[in-house]
Amino acid sequence: MVAIPSRHKSLVLLAGVVLLQVLLLAVQIKRDSQGRLIRVWTVGAISPFQRAGANGVGSIRGIWNHYFALQSTSRENEQLRHENDALKLQITQLQSKAAEADRLAGLLNFRKLHLDVPMVGARVIGASPGTASVTIDIDRGQRDGIKKNMGVITPDGVVGKVIESYANSAQVLLLTDKDSGVGALVAESRIQSPVGGTGEPLLSMKYVPNDDTVNNGEHVVTSGMDRIFPRDLPVGTIVEIKAGNPFKQIRVRPAANLERLEEVIVLLTLHPLEFKQESEPASQPQPVAPASAAEKPPAARR
Amino acid sequence: MNDSYDLRSSESHIEVHKFRTGAIIGSLLLVLFLQAFLPLYVPKAEILDLPLLITIYFGLSRRNPSTGLLLGMAIGLAQDSLSGPTVQLGLYGIAKTIIGYLASSIGARLDTEHPAARFALTTIFFVAHQGLIALTRRILLAQPETWFNMRLFVAALVNALVAVFLFLLLDRLRKR
Repeated sequence: MVAIPSRHKSLVLLAGVVLLQVLLLAVQIKRDSQGRLIRVWTVGAISPFQRAGANGVGSIRGIWNHYFALQSTSRENEQLRHENDALKLQITQLQSKAAEADRLAGLLNFRKLHLDVPMVGARVIGASPGTASVTIDIDRGQRDGIKKNMGVITPDGVVGKVIESYANSAQVLLLTDKDSGVGALVAESRIQSPVGGTGEPLLSMKYVPNDDTVNNGEHVVTSGMDRIFPRDLPVGTIVEIKAGNPFKQIRVRPAANLERLEEVIVLLTLHPLEFKQESEPASQPQPVAPASAAEKPPAARR
Repeated sequence: MNDSYDLRSSESHIEVHKFRTGAIIGSLLLVLFLQAFLPLYVPKAEILDLPLLITIYFGLSRRNPSTGLLLGMAIGLAQDSLSGPTVQLGLYGIAKTIIGYLASSIGARLDTEHPAARFALTTIFFVAHQGLIALTRRILLAQPETWFNMRLFVAALVNALVAVFLFLLLDRLRKR
């Protein structure tokens, strides 16, 4: 057997370790597998800390808002001004609570409007630990009926889809991720085209021919053709249009605030859904029923 | 993980630092938690790559290439695991393995205690790390990935600045 000089041992180890990981990558590329055990273990180890951290920050915020802020105000003011400031502070707290109540009422109202659609509310407890993907972690998982590929929304619009579900938590791929996409159409003209992430805050509407007329400010809604999201959920608003070859380059600002998500709704079904329309504008034509689930042009499919 | 390491005779002019028991594992778990947790409340914090900074620090301090690359591999694979199924296991693993090896190799030859040296090295390692990620994604995974742009340049400088202060904090975990 050939002896390896000691000064080269670490180099050999480096080559071996890198080769092993390349093989690991190769195995993953060949197999379209379910969640791997190492992911389950790692997420299982970290998610309790994320959950505890989220609760801890909430408690500290609560203590700060309800005690220290009041105390510092009382020290700085005279009796009358103190009362005045205390009232102002109370108003601020009430406004904060009202905003929270509005948010929760929005979620509740959304659920009431769609009682026939199985859904569950979830709290966001973590975000992706790297820039290679844009994901969030939520505090509901398999025990709450959440499965891979289920749609995730807020009352404002589409958020993304579940890419992994663990016992007590799940990972959601946000619309802004480069690998993300949703079947969509322009609400006013009913021009259909998938909308995908770019890794940046704005989305990209990919396959609108240059001949079609699209304007800034027009709303983009789901088409229902991806069989994950029901029709006519808000996706975003068109903010930039450039001519391209052969398709326009259209940028869309997401309807949901994807950078500040606190609560989301998971649609608990893997079957195509149909939401009842709250109010259909008279001028807005009904969407054309899709002929097939395929929406992307063949060349663009992965 | 064993936190002690004996200096080789050929590199006796460079001091090898030992750390308190559990310091490395504790720091690793803490940065993984922070990396997943911080962007939730401070969206701009996603620009930071704390696991990379930890890899660089312990690589530069321990000055043992074998330990450095294995630590980089462990950190990278843990980061891959937490990034969801869209990130294949090994993407960060390979990049951080190589960075861990390079950092500990350089640490064994240069004195890297000065903040300016740490700033410069972290900037270089951040750029190299991004290059390795782009290389892996383009060649092995056939995925489009930017080699480098202004945002990544700013990220490199921000991470290097954070590293200067983070490394001072981590210095306190060393055995005297």
